[in-house]
Amino acid sequence: MADASWLTEFPDMSRRELLAIRKSLDGAYRDFSREYGDTIETLFDPLLSFLVWFENLLIQTPWWIILVVITAIVHLATRSWKLSTGVVVSMLLIGYFGMWEDTMRTLSIITVCTLMSIALGIPIGILMSRSDRAQSIVTPLLDVMQTMPAFVYLIPVVMLLGIGKIPGVIAVVIYAIPPVIRLTNLGIRLVSKEILEAATAYGATPSQRLFGVQLPLAMPTIMAGINQTIMMALAMVVIASMIGVKGLGQPVLKSITNQYFTLGLMNGLAIVALAIMFDRVSQSYAKRTQRHLEGQDHG
Amino acid sequence: MANQENTLIEIEGLYQIFGPQADKVLPKVQAGASKDEVLAETGHTVGLQDINLSIEKGEIFVIMGLSGSGKSTLIRHFNRLIDPTAGKIKVNGHDIMQLPMKELTEFRRHKMSMVFQHFGLLPHRTVVENVGYGLSIKGLKKAEWEDKAKSWLETVGLAGYEEQYPSQLSGGQQQRVGLARALCTDAEILLMDEAFSALDPLIRYDMQSQLIELQENLHKTIIFITHDLDEALRLGDRIAVLKDGKLVQVGKPVDIILNPADDYVRAFAKDVNRARALFVKNVMTAETPICEAEADLATLIEQYGIAYRVVSEGEFEACCECTSAGQGHWYKVPSLKRGQLLQEILPTMLGSKLALPVIDKQQQLCGFLNHQELAKMLQLPSQLEAA
Ligand SMILES: Nc1ncnc2c1ncn2[C@@H]1O[C@H](COP(=O)(O)OP(=O)(O)OP(=O)(O)O)[C@@H](O)[C@H]1O
Ligand SMILES: [Mg+2]
Repeated sequence: MADASWLTEFPDMSRRELLAIRKSLDGAYRDFSREYGDTIETLFDPLLSFLVWFENLLIQTPWWIILVVITAIVHLATRSWKLSTGVVVSMLLIGYFGMWEDTMRTLSIITVCTLMSIALGIPIGILMSRSDRAQSIVTPLLDVMQTMPAFVYLIPVVMLLGIGKIPGVIAVVIYAIPPVIRLTNLGIRLVSKEILEAATAYGATPSQRLFGVQLPLAMPTIMAGINQTIMMALAMVVIASMIGVKGLGQPVLKSITNQYFTLGLMNGLAIVALAIMFDRVSQSYAKRTQRHLEGQDHG
Repeated sequence: MANQENTLIEIEGLYQIFGPQADKVLPKVQAGASKDEVLAETGHTVGLQDINLSIEKGEIFVIMGLSGSGKSTLIRHFNRLIDPTAGKIKVNGHDIMQLPMKELTEFRRHKMSMVFQHFGLLPHRTVVENVGYGLSIKGLKKAEWEDKAKSWLETVGLAGYEEQYPSQLSGGQQQRVGLARALCTDAEILLMDEAFSALDPLIRYDMQSQLIELQENLHKTIIFITHDLDEALRLGDRIAVLKDGKLVQVGKPVDIILNPADDYVRAFAKDVNRARALFVKNVMTAETPICEAEADLATLIEQYGIAYRVVSEGEFEACCECTSAGQGHWYKVPSLKRGQLLQEILPTMLGSKLALPVIDKQQQLCGFLNHQELAKMLQLPSQLEAA
């Protein structure tokens, strides 16, 4: 008689085979990264030097100039004295508690990650909105990116590029890009068919339709996506600090290992302050540029 | 009457089937399966079947039909917003199905403009920017189209609303913006999908009058969709009636009323106010009983019941009784014009005992109208059935 143990125990693969699979996959990837790691790293060199330059710029410029510039940008974007004052006060507090430099570092990496997410995400979203095929391929990928624990995709990135800013940026972008892609796609798909037909009927070319109708009308949705992307990038700050991204995340990491509650709380609050600033400013900018929507509530 | 030289748009054997496998369903539809059968068997919606039309330069061609009969679907083929499952669409003799993308864009920019059933205004552009949209998309600068856009806005009665956004206007106002946008491009062909249906009766009547006036000056070719027969009769040079994606009748307004092709058309025509839809020329007897010699008078009266003689240009005297010698009493009578609506001549008719003379544009007698014919014409079909 055959051994009936498969009834009680899962008939799994033997340990030895599993080990062999893991070994050969790991080995193959290691060989790949040894072979091409350097080449790929040089591809990212321009990005790295930009990152370093931008970070140095933020840190080395006297704090009051930075403060004036940030406030000016905020005010230009929102035209709201209340928001601008709020920003000034929180930045002053951050500086007073000695977190200015870390905040600048975080600010620089978040800005770069957000810009990259937008630069990559919006075109991908547009592509998705144009073809159902593309949508059916990209959507599951995005699902994986959003649910896969960040640590898991940190491993290959670190194996390939080592520890530092670039792997950090890649990890943050992977984590933060899905909302902007999804909502760009959604926003464009939701544009009323008749409005698009009207543009076509008057002889709009595909690019006139995209830039003149679809993107402007999808903008509120896209802005919501960008907003979420920024929030998610900020949330990744602590995890990214594990692979050598300097900034507000590192003190938090340090306080976890050493049980410094106050240090952790202060840096955590600084991250929250940054998040709120980004959120309110991007939202009120979006609202200000969507003036045509005002009449719709009672229209 | 479909004279080749004047034909602007021709549609031949047009089929539109909605669904993933339209091509496979097509033979079944061509074999004559009905819309309901096709839907039940294959899940495909038949939008249009076997449409053949020719539209002449300068006419107002009205497409009528109940909701869901395929009017909007049909009008979307004229500028290829939808591609047909089968069939040809020719404009000026060129098959527009063959146009490559670039030429199609040029064609849409210069040849046709369209008013949409649900307006289709761009919500992020102001009213004046919407009106100038067709021109701005051709690459014209704002300074070049702004004055024109403003003057069209004024024509449709929306001066002062230039800087508003569409969402700040009422439905009827938005529809007028859509109309101004269509007129602003100077396209030769105007596609109007229920362009007046969101307007209140007063403005609607007003816009109809404006369209008629405009047409007299600009001589565009207008394809106008409506489900209101009164509107169709008022505007249309010819009317096409659609039912379940099939053309059931194409003809002049009178034909639709007086010779409906089937019960569907008859139902449409049933309650129309004929006094406002029919003209004197539709009802008159096209004979000219002019009495030139007294000897003829008796025969004329016997034959037509009436005889006329010319007093001066466009003015007549009538006589309806005489002795065999040709002695009769002549009464001075008012004359009617061929192109007058029955409604306009009713008071004159009621005030006269005699049949009245009808004159044409050259003031010549071209027929006469008697009370019995008029009464018969004004009777609604429903009353006839009851009688
Ligand atoms: N994109 C589409 N996909 C599937 N079916 C469609 C589509 N567009 C129209 N139809 C079908 O075609 C038929 C005709 O629709 P259409 O919009 O042309 O009607 P209509 O005569 O304009 O009606 P209304 O007076 O309500 O505007 C309907 O049965 C509709 O379900
Ligand atoms: Mg319709």
